[in-house]
Amino acid sequence: MSTAAQFQIDADRTTADEPRRAAVRKALGNYQIARGRTESAFASWPHARDAAAAIKYEGVNHLDRYLREFEEKFTARGGRVFWASNGAQARDYILRLARERGVKSIVKSKAMTSEEIHLNDALEKDGYQVVESDLGEFIQQLKHEAPYHFVFPCMHLKREEISALFQQELGSAKTDSPEELTMIARRALRRHYLDAGMGITGGNFIVAETGMISITENEGNARLATALPRIHVALVGIEKIVPRLADLALLLPMLATAGTGQQLTCYNSMYGGPRQPGDIDGPEEFHVVLLDNHRTRLLADAEQRDALHCIRCGACLNVCPIFKNIGGHAYGTTYQGPIGSVITPHFRGLQDWKHLSGASSLCGACTEACPVKIDIHHHLLQNRRNAVAEKKVWWERWLWAGFRQLMKRPWAYQIAVRLAPIGQVFHHLVLGTSLDPVRPWTKTRDFPEAAPQSFHDWWRDRKVVRK
Amino acid sequence: MRVTLFIPCFIDSFYPKVARSIVQILERLGHEVDYPAGQTCCGQPPFNSGYWDEAREVAVRQMAIFRDAEVVVSASGSCGAMFKKFYLELFHGHPQEAEARALAAKTSEFSEFLVEKLGVRDVGARFEGKVTFHDGCHGLRELGTREAPRELLRAVKGLELVEMGEAESCCGFGGMFAVKYPQISTAMAEVKCNSIIETGVEYVVSNDSSCLMQIQGYLSRHSPRVVKSLHLAEVLAAQ
Repeated sequence: MSTAAQFQIDADRTTADEPRRAAVRKALGNYQIARGRTESAFASWPHARDAAAAIKYEGVNHLDRYLREFEEKFTARGGRVFWASNGAQARDYILRLARERGVKSIVKSKAMTSEEIHLNDALEKDGYQVVESDLGEFIQQLKHEAPYHFVFPCMHLKREEISALFQQELGSAKTDSPEELTMIARRALRRHYLDAGMGITGGNFIVAETGMISITENEGNARLATALPRIHVALVGIEKIVPRLADLALLLPMLATAGTGQQLTCYNSMYGGPRQPGDIDGPEEFHVVLLDNHRTRLLADAEQRDALHCIRCGACLNVCPIFKNIGGHAYGTTYQGPIGSVITPHFRGLQDWKHLSGASSLCGACTEACPVKIDIHHHLLQNRRNAVAEKKVWWERWLWAGFRQLMKRPWAYQIAVRLAPIGQVFHHLVLGTSLDPVRPWTKTRDFPEAAPQSFHDWWRDRKVVRK
Repeated sequence: MRVTLFIPCFIDSFYPKVARSIVQILERLGHEVDYPAGQTCCGQPPFNSGYWDEAREVAVRQMAIFRDAEVVVSASGSCGAMFKKFYLELFHGHPQEAEARALAAKTSEFSEFLVEKLGVRDVGARFEGKVTFHDGCHGLRELGTREAPRELLRAVKGLELVEMGEAESCCGFGGMFAVKYPQISTAMAEVKCNSIIETGVEYVVSNDSSCLMQIQGYLSRHSPRVVKSLHLAEVLAAQ
């Protein structure tokens, strides 16, 4: 089945699940309130957005310089950098490293890049035990399900569902206390931190000036995953670059505000290399895998290059009426929501993923919410245009050719308008049947009645009377 | 002032009363109203569907019709946004770019025109009833029209304005989106209409008839009580 047909089926199913939609709506409503409060603590949120966009613009438009600067600083402290052009290269590097170092068990903190390249599957296939340590990701891993939202992986699940999952998978007792559920996960996870020979993380920012990776989290799990295992691997998209350390003074609070409505997330750590002589902890080896995986393809598109500014805060998902109604899984992508609909066609092929750009009312709530000012909803329009330029859909080609012929000729248009009330009489005869030409509309909504006299005709008559 | 009306095609055929109301209000305020009869559609449907060549051909004609207009007032925020913002995209790097720029500069959405250009808030309307206002997304986010329609409504005698929850969230119309993804579009309409019904109003008002087509279409099928949709101009014309 095509990805577009699958999307229609999934959207049918998820929009019919009103209790789930209501729960997601409520959760995101609370996010809106928290975010509004935090945003108002900024002296000027609009100026903060301008400044954040300028920082990301500088980084993304000088990737060549800043990524090399990062590499130089980072390797000077004994870190290793691997440049991965695609997912396969990144996977192979990490697999080879695990094999050569005799790693058996791996603990991970949240990294969408690893979802993007299906790293867990590859590691598990080679016999490694891989455990997700972010609570939401841990739950999704137990469920054998992809993250629902790239910031809140299990936001769609109710407490009872998580409790039932833990009972089944971890043998714990039934509970609906969030604290107890967290403690169950924590007990299960602690063991893994101690056993793991490798910790894999993502990275929220790459700081060129100091050669560091910045990781933002709320649970402290990334700190454990980077401090306890012998080897730390950070798998980071190349677009995460920022020029200076001071840039984080703005970007960290903005990421927290836009992402969760917090002023700052609970833990913000900087990682600059492996354990140095005299250090009492830290990994013996620290590898940063810089992932391209078609990001440079997006970079080459001058119109949509700003999509690489994305700091993966998830704000565009949180305000998106499409996301709220179809949920994260219906997208079928690693990156859900508006930003996912923009970038997935660049990463995985326009013809296969153009339907996501079509599945938008272009309301622009995403663009308004974006802290780094990505022109998200206009990029959806551009994707639609680019898809048509590549390949027209046969029935659309006829539809718009006919439309053009009609609208170019006012006389023809006027005849059509005058025929509309008559046409509607016939429409009533087939209304709701398979012959109904606007069945997708009339199935759930009433169709307006064409007026007996158009405005055009009223105006003409009035002019005649006045003369 | 001589005001040239841009009446979108679906208002012309489905909601002519909206356009008649605009004529009535502008004339009541002492302005001369003109309606170039050759206008058809602005080309937004093919533009939004990615068929820019087809949209451009329709748009070229439409631009020529308004060439001599002093000011252009659009009865719809969405079609107004087409003139004001999207023609600039459509004709970027084309010979008609300058003309698109000129049209954009002289076009206003109806409520914004009254409040920002004419400085009018009270148009002398009387309308008894409790209403809520729905922001059409294009008017709101492409044109930045947020307060103008509310200021106009607050000045109407007898009218009580009640804000709905998430007034700025989309109704789910989105042009072809409404029929290409009817399940998503309908789910969005459901959420929007529930917000409207919860306010206890008798009327939902918007400055975009396309949103109202969606909202009224859903309400008349599903609402437990009668809520009527009206274009802002219909309310402002009432006396």
